[in-house]
Amino acid sequence: MNGAQDLGGMMGFGPIAIEQDEPWFHAAWERRAFGLTLAMGATGSWNIDMSRHARESLPPAEYLTSSYYEIWTKGVERLVVAAGLVSREELTCGQSLAEPAPIKRVLKAEDVPVVLARGGPAARPIGQPARFTVGDRVRTRTMHPQGHTRLPRYARGKTGVVELVHGTHVLPDANAHGQGEQPQWLYTICFSGRELWGEQADPTISVSIDAWESYLEPA
Amino acid sequence: MGHDHHHDHDDHSHLSEIELRVRALESILVEKGYVDPAAIDALVETYEVKVGPRNGAKVVAKAWADPAYREWLRADATAAIASLGFIGRQGEHMVAVENTRDEHNIVVCTLCSCYPWPVLGLPPVWYKSAPYRSRAVLDPRGVLAEFGVHLPETTRIRVWDSTAEVRYLVIPRRPAGTEGMSEEALAELVTRDSMIGTGLARQPEAVR
Repeated sequence: MNGAQDLGGMMGFGPIAIEQDEPWFHAAWERRAFGLTLAMGATGSWNIDMSRHARESLPPAEYLTSSYYEIWTKGVERLVVAAGLVSREELTCGQSLAEPAPIKRVLKAEDVPVVLARGGPAARPIGQPARFTVGDRVRTRTMHPQGHTRLPRYARGKTGVVELVHGTHVLPDANAHGQGEQPQWLYTICFSGRELWGEQADPTISVSIDAWESYLEPA
Repeated sequence: MGHDHHHDHDDHSHLSEIELRVRALESILVEKGYVDPAAIDALVETYEVKVGPRNGAKVVAKAWADPAYREWLRADATAAIASLGFIGRQGEHMVAVENTRDEHNIVVCTLCSCYPWPVLGLPPVWYKSAPYRSRAVLDPRGVLAEFGVHLPETTRIRVWDSTAEVRYLVIPRRPAGTEGMSEEALAELVTRDSMIGTGLARQPEAVR
């Protein structure tokens, strides 16, 4: 969806606020929000694409005025409600009002190292040949899906070159909506700055995105 | 005793809205048994104490010192990095890109905050912020200048927007005058920003 998360190429946000010797967290509640998000993710009640979509579908004005861990917190609130684990009323009053719903698993402290080490690999072998190869010229599709996508607006309808072929990965556009993983070939596509931004662009810059096969057509 | 109890658990008037909101969410999730608060502590401790850019610095220093490792890192970064023990969440599919005299690499995630956790730890606030995410792809040279990095006008700048589950690590250029330095000493020159591409490796004089 064309949400506020899709920031590439926007202007007017001001200088980058660089902080020397930045702490990992800026407040105690950020630690809890971070840990809660990962611990709930580990329950298997949703996948990473659903959790990104929950954050990115916040109303644009709210997304842009929320801090990072505020966005994460609001994302978890939406996810637990959508999954039927917590009700809106419970969030409003700040306490549990009903019996818990069944849950696949609960992350225990002693399992944290193993779970983090395992991570969540997105590669899924499908035994289907890749449509494109390194050096091919491709054009990204012009599309504006209502649902989740990882094709940023600035890189739609643009011609670039296949630079890397990564194998077949879970398709976020489907996985975010519970439509299965539908793995596809994933490529790094490199564009010249001028292709993306026009003749005024710095001729020495180039920009790549990682794009699934269905985002691309031959050019 | 009674007064203290009241203060700790009922009087939250000194807390901000988001503090109350996170506290409420945690207490509901714990009460329902979905979350073990000790697991939250363990997750936070991992990323506050155990994981960070010192990991990535070891990878880069080894690549500088050992040509065979450098080749492996360029060919299969996930395996080469795993061989040093840095594996897992947000580093499942790694690619290492190398700065040269002619080309400088810089990494961004315009859509969210994708970042190679096992080698760099959690991202700094600026990496996740709208100013960096919006401009890194449009005006990377201007962004680099904000970080105090001024490259020759002829140096090509290559921006990697991490839009999938592939995570990018920049191998900065090895500074001159570092021949014969140990891997350990070389790692001291490798900053977090130099592995994102918003900085350069430190000169050996700077750390002596």
